[in-house]
Amino acid sequence: MFAPFLDALLLQAGYNAGLVTVGAALLGIAGGSGGTFLFLRKRSLVSDGMAHATLPGVGLAFMVMVALGGDGRSLPGLLLGSALSATLGLLAIEWIVSRTRLAEDAAIGAVLSVFFGFGIVLLTIIQTMSGGYQAGLEGFLLGSTAGMLFQDALLIAIGGGLIVGLVFVLRRPMTLVAFDTEFAAAAGIGVRRIDLAMMGLVMAVTVIGLKLVGLILVVAMLIIPPVTARLWTERTERVVLVGGAFGGVSGYVGAALSASAPNLPTGPIIVLVAFALFACSLLFAPGRGVLAAVIRHRRFQWQVHRRQGLLALAREEPILDPLTLSVLRKEGLIRQDAVVSEKGRAAAAKALLDERRWAIARQRSEDGSLDSHWDGLTPIESVLTHDEIAEIDRQIGPPAAVR
Amino acid sequence: MTLAALELARDEGRIAPFPADQSPLVIRELTVSYGDKPAVFSLDAAIEPESMTAIVGPNGAGKSTLLKAALGIVPRLSGRILVFGQPISQSMHRIAYVPQRASVDWDFPTRVIDVVLMGLYRELGFLRPVRRHHRERALACLDRVGMADFATRQIGQLSGGQQQRVFLARALAQNAELYLLDEPLAGVDAATEKAVIDVLKTLKVEHRTVVCVHHDLATVGDYFDNVLLINGRKIAEGPVTTTFTAENLQKTYGGRLATAHIDELKLPAAS
Amino acid sequence: MGAEFVQLSLTPLLIGIFAAIACALPGNFLLLRRQALIGDTISHVVLPGIVVAFLVTGTVSTWPMLVGAAAAAVVAVVLIEIIKRVGRIEPGAAMGVVFTSLFAAGVLLLEQSDTSGVHLDVEHALYGNLESLIWFTAEDWSSLTDPRALAGLPPELFRMVAVALGVSFLTVVFWRPLKLSTFDEGFAGAVGIPTTAIGLGLVITAAVAAVAAFDAVGSIIVIAMFICPPAAARLMTNRLERQVLWSVAFAVLSAALGYVLAGYGPLWLGGEHAVSAAGMIATVSGIILALACLFAPHRARVGAPKGT
Repeated sequence: MFAPFLDALLLQAGYNAGLVTVGAALLGIAGGSGGTFLFLRKRSLVSDGMAHATLPGVGLAFMVMVALGGDGRSLPGLLLGSALSATLGLLAIEWIVSRTRLAEDAAIGAVLSVFFGFGIVLLTIIQTMSGGYQAGLEGFLLGSTAGMLFQDALLIAIGGGLIVGLVFVLRRPMTLVAFDTEFAAAAGIGVRRIDLAMMGLVMAVTVIGLKLVGLILVVAMLIIPPVTARLWTERTERVVLVGGAFGGVSGYVGAALSASAPNLPTGPIIVLVAFALFACSLLFAPGRGVLAAVIRHRRFQWQVHRRQGLLALAREEPILDPLTLSVLRKEGLIRQDAVVSEKGRAAAAKALLDERRWAIARQRSEDGSLDSHWDGLTPIESVLTHDEIAEIDRQIGPPAAVR
Repeated sequence: MTLAALELARDEGRIAPFPADQSPLVIRELTVSYGDKPAVFSLDAAIEPESMTAIVGPNGAGKSTLLKAALGIVPRLSGRILVFGQPISQSMHRIAYVPQRASVDWDFPTRVIDVVLMGLYRELGFLRPVRRHHRERALACLDRVGMADFATRQIGQLSGGQQQRVFLARALAQNAELYLLDEPLAGVDAATEKAVIDVLKTLKVEHRTVVCVHHDLATVGDYFDNVLLINGRKIAEGPVTTTFTAENLQKTYGGRLATAHIDELKLPAAS
Repeated sequence: MGAEFVQLSLTPLLIGIFAAIACALPGNFLLLRRQALIGDTISHVVLPGIVVAFLVTGTVSTWPMLVGAAAAAVVAVVLIEIIKRVGRIEPGAAMGVVFTSLFAAGVLLLEQSDTSGVHLDVEHALYGNLESLIWFTAEDWSSLTDPRALAGLPPELFRMVAVALGVSFLTVVFWRPLKLSTFDEGFAGAVGIPTTAIGLGLVITAAVAAVAAFDAVGSIIVIAMFICPPAAARLMTNRLERQVLWSVAFAVLSAALGYVLAGYGPLWLGGEHAVSAAGMIATVSGIILALACLFAPHRARVGAPKGT
């Protein structure tokens, strides 16, 4: 299993398979970076509606091509049909949202299911149309790379490359629009045009991805890599880059894995590779990861209880919260019998002094800029300079001893 | 144990001078956080029975969070809440709640009277049918806020002030002893403001307790007996006459509230 | 057409109708909670749930499949919540991550396991096989009173009727807490309604309806029936009670009309073969929604959206 995988990774698994792998990688980059703009505009699932809406276009294109005496299976023709019906789906979503009281999620769901259902009707017509003639259009549902024609693989690779180029050219205005629509408009960028370009990009990824990943799963290439990237960075330009990288890796590794063994369908494998990257990121990413969040929450809760406990000690109030008592005990601030230790007395005095300094500092602050730091946990030393604190201390007078 | 501790706290003068087990709402060492920023930090407060209390503080000071924590609908990081001397789980039926108007979708397919009937949920339960006397009570509550004529309207057709009155009517239908209201006067017309305040004052006369998140500093003195000033933590609590001072406001709002503005409020001078 | 209709069309028609009702009922609440796409998510994750249930038990039987699909729906909802809360990712994208990944896992498992001996494949999952659920033992309308003929009714019919009744029963019993927590979650919590449990219960009910329907009619109908009839119904009235009744009426109409059009429409047009009933039912529900968007009395928005 490993040797064929390595072969596929190094593009040694045959000319077609190599081309498909490169195409998948390019498509991954295009989807990951292009999907970022959609994600930042909070419209990720519009792409799901569009992807499902491609099916009737595929069916109709096939019927038209057969009626004109053609083969019906010509990939460019089918993709053109799918693009047209995806556009119709997008327009239907926007029409429902602007004309009725229905929200966008309902519009997406309605368009998705109805277009898809109608597409299935067309597929059953095609199945019976020319006497058992297998059109193989089912391959568009989940993608199929088995027995893919050379020119189809080439089309995917070239298409993927073109979309990547397009993202590169449009990255600046699209970043601006996604980040701050109003500012972009004020800066003279045609927001409507850029939005259209964004949708065009999404459409291109969807259409090119149909044969490879299938229309049910192609949205994953537009959604999972940007979300993964978002877990790692807070900056828009980097989300685009990192999203593209995650998408590219998913496409490349997924296609190679799928080529290395039977019964590993390309589309699902690419999606699962993307998800594996996402799952690792969700667990281990520094800012938004689960692990980091758990540790942060624990530490935060500990600090809150420590501070509350110390202030209660300083003010000689009873401590009722069992967690507070346990925190103070574990830090050696009180003894097992709840009597204050020497260390606890010093810490309590320090906490009380910090409180008093904060009270004075806030009164002296004219613009309220200190308020955002005043959460009961930030030591004043981290906000004010040494001299400012000395000034405050003169106002307080000598510190009171804590018994 | 809890009560004993409260007695102790009262003896130390940290809690208002009325018996702790009679206070409609006692909050002890409450900390609530969203993420890693505490919205409310180590807050103690006790509400005086049969009074009207305003919770006042700047935006993001944790006023709404405080109400929600008191109702037990947001999780607390530490601290405890006692309603009439009991944990919230046993005293929920004694509280009525008016959430912020903007917290719901007013396009929801329902009528005004149906919203007020929601206040009778505890009585009606899952399946008990709505009888004529329920409907009459709901109508009476609507009448108290001057909205009886709107009973069969779709809620989306109401103005902001009318929506607020419907929410108040729903709380009246709950027939509680403690009323917690989140910004009931935010963005409403003058007529609604008067109607709401009249109803709240009647509630007080009926020996009920009212706690309001309130944003308009100019009217605190006219409408309320007590004030609880918070900004993440408690700044001060007590009667408006002694607590709602320029000094305390300066402490609550930091430098944000211009001194000139405080002067306009004609408050008792800082001691 | 009596005898032929009873034998070939009556049971699929009824199964389609009950499936549509079972999905449309929870769909009303999902729509109002801005969770319409949870229906989409559920219908995608039903596949891995069923496949895992099959791999664990080794048979295609109803109860393990129901449990597997409901479990998959719960896993999906929990995953979405974690991604939303911990990763601070907007709900739509979080949903997109979860349902595509779980669906991909389902397809992969299906390809990897030996399901040649049983009726389980992706296309069946999408289209269902409504047309094949015929009543072999029926001869004509009199079979309805013939115990021997009745014994030969397809088991899917009983299952679907039971689920539709169960969903209706739950909708009636939990009507007040459901309505209240959908309208005003904060107030619902303050009067003691366990809002989280109600929300999860709604999703599980939807998942059970989805898997029962999925078994008989495929997932296209499931998504379409979750969304289209409730959406069209919302435009017909401003009262939830009536909206739910309208949605049931639209669901029944879609199922009946869709089935008839799929079976007999092509014949009328001179074709020889029926088209996919599942696809046609979804199409009809879409046409009903489009008509509602154009002409329904309450199609325009009145109230301010949430948060303004």
